[in-house]
Amino acid sequence: MTGTLLIALAVFGASAVEMVEALTIVLAAGITRGWRSALEGAGLAVLCLLVVVAVFGPALVHYVPLDALRVVVGSLLLVLGLQWLRKAILRASGHLAKHDEDAIYRREVERLGQLPRAHSGRDAVGFAISFKGVLLEGMEVVMIVLTLGLSSGHLAVASLAALAAVLVVTAVGVAVSRQLREVPENALKLVVGLMLVSFGSFWGGEGAGVAWPGSDLSLLALLAAYALFTWGAVRLLSRRRVGAAAAEPG
Amino acid sequence: MKRWPGAFGRFCYEFVVGDTPELAVGVAVVIVGAWALSRPLGGADFWFVPLAVVLLLAASLWRGVRMSGR
Repeated sequence: MTGTLLIALAVFGASAVEMVEALTIVLAAGITRGWRSALEGAGLAVLCLLVVVAVFGPALVHYVPLDALRVVVGSLLLVLGLQWLRKAILRASGHLAKHDEDAIYRREVERLGQLPRAHSGRDAVGFAISFKGVLLEGMEVVMIVLTLGLSSGHLAVASLAALAAVLVVTAVGVAVSRQLREVPENALKLVVGLMLVSFGSFWGGEGAGVAWPGSDLSLLALLAAYALFTWGAVRLLSRRRVGAAAAEPG
Repeated sequence: MKRWPGAFGRFCYEFVVGDTPELAVGVAVVIVGAWALSRPLGGADFWFVPLAVVLLLAASLWRGVRMSGR
C-alpha cells in the first residue's frame, strides 16, 4: 500500500513537472501560430506516447526477467532522480539560476512570431514545435511510468497518475495561462527527485541481490535518509553561497 | 528516415548522460558494487546502496558548485 501510494505520487509529480514545460511550448505555439496547429501537434504527440506505453509495457513484462528489469529500471531511475535532485539542490541554494517558465514562454513567443505564417490551413511550424515539445517532455514521463509501473507491477496505477497530472496541469495552465512562474517547479522537482532516487535505490539494489530489511518499508527509510541529506546540502551550499558573496570585493 | 537512429541515440545519450557523466558512471558502479557485495554477505549489504548514492550525489554537487563558480 505504501509503495503503491508513493508510486502514484512520484509519477504524478514527475509528470506535472514535465507537463508544465510542455504546456509552455504549446501555449507559445498556440498564441503565435494558431491554436489548431498547436493542439493537433500536441494531440499527435500524446497519441505517440500512449502507443509507446501500450507496446513496450506488456512486451517488457513478458520477455524480460524481473531481476534484470529491476536492475535496468533501478539504474535508470537512479540516474534520472539524481540528475533532478542535483539540479534542484543547486537551484535551491542559489548556485544555479531557477527555471523561469515565463522567460522561456516570452522567448518562444518572440522567436515563433518572427517566422513566416501559413496563409491558410495548418501551420507547419506551430504543429512541429508543439509536437516536438510534447513528445520530448512526454518521453521522460513515459520512461518514469514504464520504469516505476513495471518494477512495482502497478503499470495501470502509474499510467492513471500520469494521466491525472496531464489533466490537472492542462486545467491549471488554461486557468492561469501566462502565469507559469507561479508553479513551484523547483520544489516539485526536488520532491520527485527524492522519490525517484529512493525507488531507484530500492529496485536497483533488489535486482542486484540486496535484501532490504522490512521489505517495502525500506522505501520510507531511504526517502527519509535522502531527504535529510538534501536538507543538509541545501543549507550548507546556501551558507557557502552567502559567504562567497559577502567576501567578494566591492 | 536515416537520421532517426542517430537522433534517437543522441536523445538516449542526453537523457542518461547529459551534462552529468559522473552520475551515469557512478550509478553503474553502485549497482555493480551492490551485486558484488551481496554475494559474500548473502544479501546483508543493504547499507551500501544508500551510502554510495549519497557519496555520489555529494561528489556531483561539489562538481556542480565548482562549475557554477567559473
